Amino acid sequence: MKKGIYLLLLSISIQFLANAQDNAGLTLPTGFKANLFAENIGSARHIAISKNGVVFAKLNRADKQGRTIIRLADENKDGVSDNITGWANYGGTGIYLTGNALYASSNEAVFKYELDSKDEVVNPLSPITVVSGLISRRQHESKSITFDKANNIYVNIGAYSNACQEKDRTPGGKGMMPCPILDSAGGIWKFDANKENQTYGDGKRYATGLRNVIGLDWNPQANKLYVAQHGRDQLNTFFPSLYTDAQNAELPAETFYEINEGDNAGWPYVYYDNFQHKKIVSPEYGGDGKKEGASDIKNPAVAFPAHMAPMGVLFYTGNQFPAKYKNGAFITFHGSWNRAPLPQEGFFVAFVPFKNGKATGEWEIFANGFAGTIDGAKITSTRSAKARPCGLAQGPDGSIYVSDDTKGSIFKISYQK
Amino acid sequence: MCNSKIRCFLFGAIIMLLFVSIKTQAQNLENGKKIYQTKCLVCHQSDGGGVPNMNAPLDGASNVVGNDIARLVKIIKNGFNERVELDGIYYSNSMTANPDLTPAQISDVLSYIRTSWSNKATKVTTVQVQQAIKGNQKTSAK
Ligand code: HEC
Repeated sequence: MKKGIYLLLLSISIQFLANAQDNAGLTLPTGFKANLFAENIGSARHIAISKNGVVFAKLNRADKQGRTIIRLADENKDGVSDNITGWANYGGTGIYLTGNALYASSNEAVFKYELDSKDEVVNPLSPITVVSGLISRRQHESKSITFDKANNIYVNIGAYSNACQEKDRTPGGKGMMPCPILDSAGGIWKFDANKENQTYGDGKRYATGLRNVIGLDWNPQANKLYVAQHGRDQLNTFFPSLYTDAQNAELPAETFYEINEGDNAGWPYVYYDNFQHKKIVSPEYGGDGKKEGASDIKNPAVAFPAHMAPMGVLFYTGNQFPAKYKNGAFITFHGSWNRAPLPQEGFFVAFVPFKNGKATGEWEIFANGFAGTIDGAKITSTRSAKARPCGLAQGPDGSIYVSDDTKGSIFKISYQK
Repeated sequence: MCNSKIRCFLFGAIIMLLFVSIKTQAQNLENGKKIYQTKCLVCHQSDGGGVPNMNAPLDGASNVVGNDIARLVKIIKNGFNERVELDGIYYSNSMTANPDLTPAQISDVLSYIRTSWSNKATKVTTVQVQQAIKGNQKTSAK
């Protein structure tokens, strides 16, 4: 019995040491370290960090105490949060901090809170409603937000559809022409963050033809919006005579765009094929896997493998990481489901190098191992991934933080020379 | 063992029937699995686990192993796209309708999902599915 307890203690301490040493299970480039800043905080979607290093996480669902915005402070400065509080009762994804104004989104609206000099929320029960009445019809309902330098807020309004078929997700079903969803969703809307109680009429459709964007950020060097789109699903199950299971697993690309006002990324009429390097007409609109779409549709700055689900974008402006990371973009990938019956991919953080404000077109895996599989085994069913990377933010010391919305871990990644 | 012709015949017939029914039951499940793989697996995944917050799990789902067969038949025939909690969680995707599946095919796929993974519920017969379709038509006509 005693022996058993010793063995248990021994194995727990080995486990503990292993955890502390092995970068919270993550694989990182040389010189980088990771630790768990927080664990089990709930469905942590996007995160924002104050200049004092306080982390705010937006939960998709209320935690056991009924809270949906979680404030995590690391008061003893050991890299692990030790004072966790929270407020608000609406699920959602978006959170953004500018000065002492904290913005958070539900699936229909954007609210503004004020923080005091200690980063405590001043008006937890009476936020200002900045925008409301945004379309939320279950599919692609997250309203992610980011800001430019002129206090304008950019809100993603995802399309409540896969490919704008007359009846959504129907084998062989035709696409609606024109797609009526694009009037009020399937794009990025711009609002003035100084105004209250705005809705569609007060904002502007800044970009269209974007099926669903969860990760978006302002590129400060280029002074432009960048967005990562979730490409359409199920080419093989709806059009089996045109696409095999193996083709569907690799098509279409997940795409990362530099956005200028008025841009059109082409959803639902086209998708981006990363093998032909072309915008291909969707089968719902008469495509055959080869026919090219209209030429005025935006090309991606970078294309990634299909279905990996980009969730967060962060332009790195810190000085802690090696020079190559400065002004480049990190992107979290949630991990796929729609590659089935082939194994799933994603569950990592990618780095996209930039030169003079432009993406080089290359990308690499920066942090991997979130899924927690052993010896590089593949995930076959999405639910078996231990963690799925979602939110991304940069701390005041130049470390980056990655949230996971399955169990609610927050990973802190730093570089030590 | 069989001391009269009739007895012998009956004994043989029972054994035969048993074999046939075991075999058709296995065929039904095999057929249900095939339907699952072509029409359901992409969303509900190979282990019935679904996709967190998006596609409901079938493995361990109280409705899937429950007694409301009519509801399950309706979901498979008409698809499912409602803001409802399933075992305490909302799912955001919309499920494809399957208007072309016959009652026999629906009973096969239902039997498969009710007896696979950790699920250990009863199988569903074609007659149960036919009755459910009739019942569903009546309630939707009201
Ligand atoms: C396009 C994705 C998709 C496909 C394909 C699909 N489903 Fe579903 N299924 C869903 C979603 C999403 C839900 C939950 C819908 C909701 O909450 O409104 C669901 C719900 C269900 C439920 C109800 C679960 C419960 O707990 O009440 C059953 C049963 C079911 N599906 C069976 C099937 C079967 C059998 C097939 C194949 C014939 C199938 N589904 C194909 C996405 C899908």
